Amino acid sequence: MTIALILLALSALTALGIGVLARSGLVMGLEQWTVGGRGFGAVLVFLLLAGEIYTTFTFLGASGYAYGLGAPAYYILAYGTLAYVISYFMLPAVWTYARRHHLVSQPDFFAHKYASKVLGVLVALVGVVALVPYLVLQFTGLGVIVEAASYGTIHKSVSVIIGAAVVTLYVIVSGIRGSAWVSIIKDTLIILVVLFLGLYLPLHYAGSVAGMFAAVDKAKPGFLAFAATGKSVAWFVSTVLLTSLGFFMWPHSFGACFTARNSSVFRKNAIVLPLYQLVLLFVFFVGFTAVLVVPGLKGAATNMALLKITVAAFPPWVVGIVGATGVLTALVPGSLIMMTAATLFSRNIVAAFRPEQTDEETVRLAKMLVPVVAIIGAYFAISGSSTIVALLLMGYSFVTQLFPSLICSLLPRNPVTKEGAFAGIAVGVGAVVYFTLSNQTLATLFPGLPEFIRDLNIGTAAALLNVVTLAIVSAATASRRQEVAAE
Amino acid sequence: MKPGLLAIIPFIGMFAGPIFHNSVTPFILGMPFILAWIVLWVLIASATMAVIYVLDPMRDAPDEDMP
Repeated sequence: MTIALILLALSALTALGIGVLARSGLVMGLEQWTVGGRGFGAVLVFLLLAGEIYTTFTFLGASGYAYGLGAPAYYILAYGTLAYVISYFMLPAVWTYARRHHLVSQPDFFAHKYASKVLGVLVALVGVVALVPYLVLQFTGLGVIVEAASYGTIHKSVSVIIGAAVVTLYVIVSGIRGSAWVSIIKDTLIILVVLFLGLYLPLHYAGSVAGMFAAVDKAKPGFLAFAATGKSVAWFVSTVLLTSLGFFMWPHSFGACFTARNSSVFRKNAIVLPLYQLVLLFVFFVGFTAVLVVPGLKGAATNMALLKITVAAFPPWVVGIVGATGVLTALVPGSLIMMTAATLFSRNIVAAFRPEQTDEETVRLAKMLVPVVAIIGAYFAISGSSTIVALLLMGYSFVTQLFPSLICSLLPRNPVTKEGAFAGIAVGVGAVVYFTLSNQTLATLFPGLPEFIRDLNIGTAAALLNVVTLAIVSAATASRRQEVAAE
Repeated sequence: MKPGLLAIIPFIGMFAGPIFHNSVTPFILGMPFILAWIVLWVLIASATMAVIYVLDPMRDAPDEDMP
């Protein structure tokens, strides 16, 4: 057992301990377990929403993406910022409606707004499917961390299984309140670690940040700007737009906003959260320095960039601290994802067919489903070979399909009917599944189109089909309803 | 004009840099141009939201009580 592994185990145990303490004195009913009794003030909501920023995705994914692809990684800094701009207007409206009608999940919201249980089931299915790649990503991160901190003595698949078991235990004992408290430690640690690595590594290896970028530009000309084709400026703009619209469509982010005590929490957060994520800049610095120091990683191995350079530059106890931080960045989001997926399934899919199911039964079933979700996630994490960012973008293509019907439902007079919403989401998601399974891009589908259209994120096409279907079906069903009313 | 319309500014700004000047140079504060541009717009986005917040008549409106 190395010192690095001991530190990893300590951080996991501390998180478990806090999770147990956070629930003391509270009866874990449905509303308490999932939305903290709707009693979180600005700070806890901030931490839950910010917990989204500092996940394994940013820690290992963003540095690996900067390392592997260069400029395209910048999109991560841009889309979060624009998502918070949108949140200022969207979340207070969602929150107010949800509180008035005692809703605890995203499918609840759709089902209630459109007065359609079937729509709720569809939204729940989309959410559960989209959460799988997001969970796989956290487990992949855990696997990479344990593998690096054990200096290769623990195999990736073993570390994924250990990680999945720890997260499962954590979810079952803790609930959302524990996640919010552990977020405080996680965010403090990650800010310190990332600032330190992001400033020290360029200084140590290239004299300064400027020197580091100059060296990267010399080693790989053009790497620090967008390519002319492929991941070009058109890819950047379309990806940032799609992901910023999809940001709060994740069932766990959407659900996290239900924990707020009042709606002004979201308006204040929209000012602070863009600044909070500037720490990402230092994650990029680490990834770009790794280009110079540990070159040669390809494909999924780029996930290792941050840890490889840490191992190369520091003694084992520093590797342990960095790894322990990484464990927390996977544990907190991983637990939220698993809890959300299990609750969606239990409350919005099973209970939709069993109206007599009580809240107690819903919670019990959800807790029983948590290990099942963990096993599915661990299976894909062990068998898959995608980069962390590719996994996240896949999930984003799914959840973004919920955006058009959601935003229309917030209008004073919603022009979209429940049939329109259902058809739009179904077509959009169907298109994403087809594009993903057949590995199509707009460039392969329409080779004759101009370059800037061929480079658009494939999710754009799915979203377009979604909106067109939604408009046509809504128009058709709305006029028929008027005729019926007139007769 | 509604203050909420100001929210369009960060969207335009964020995309304008890469669209009109997709280049590594000039380096700004040691960072490649596009990265520095995006960082600048993260700051401007935060400032824009602060302005909207100050001008927002709804910001301190109490949430309606539970029925």
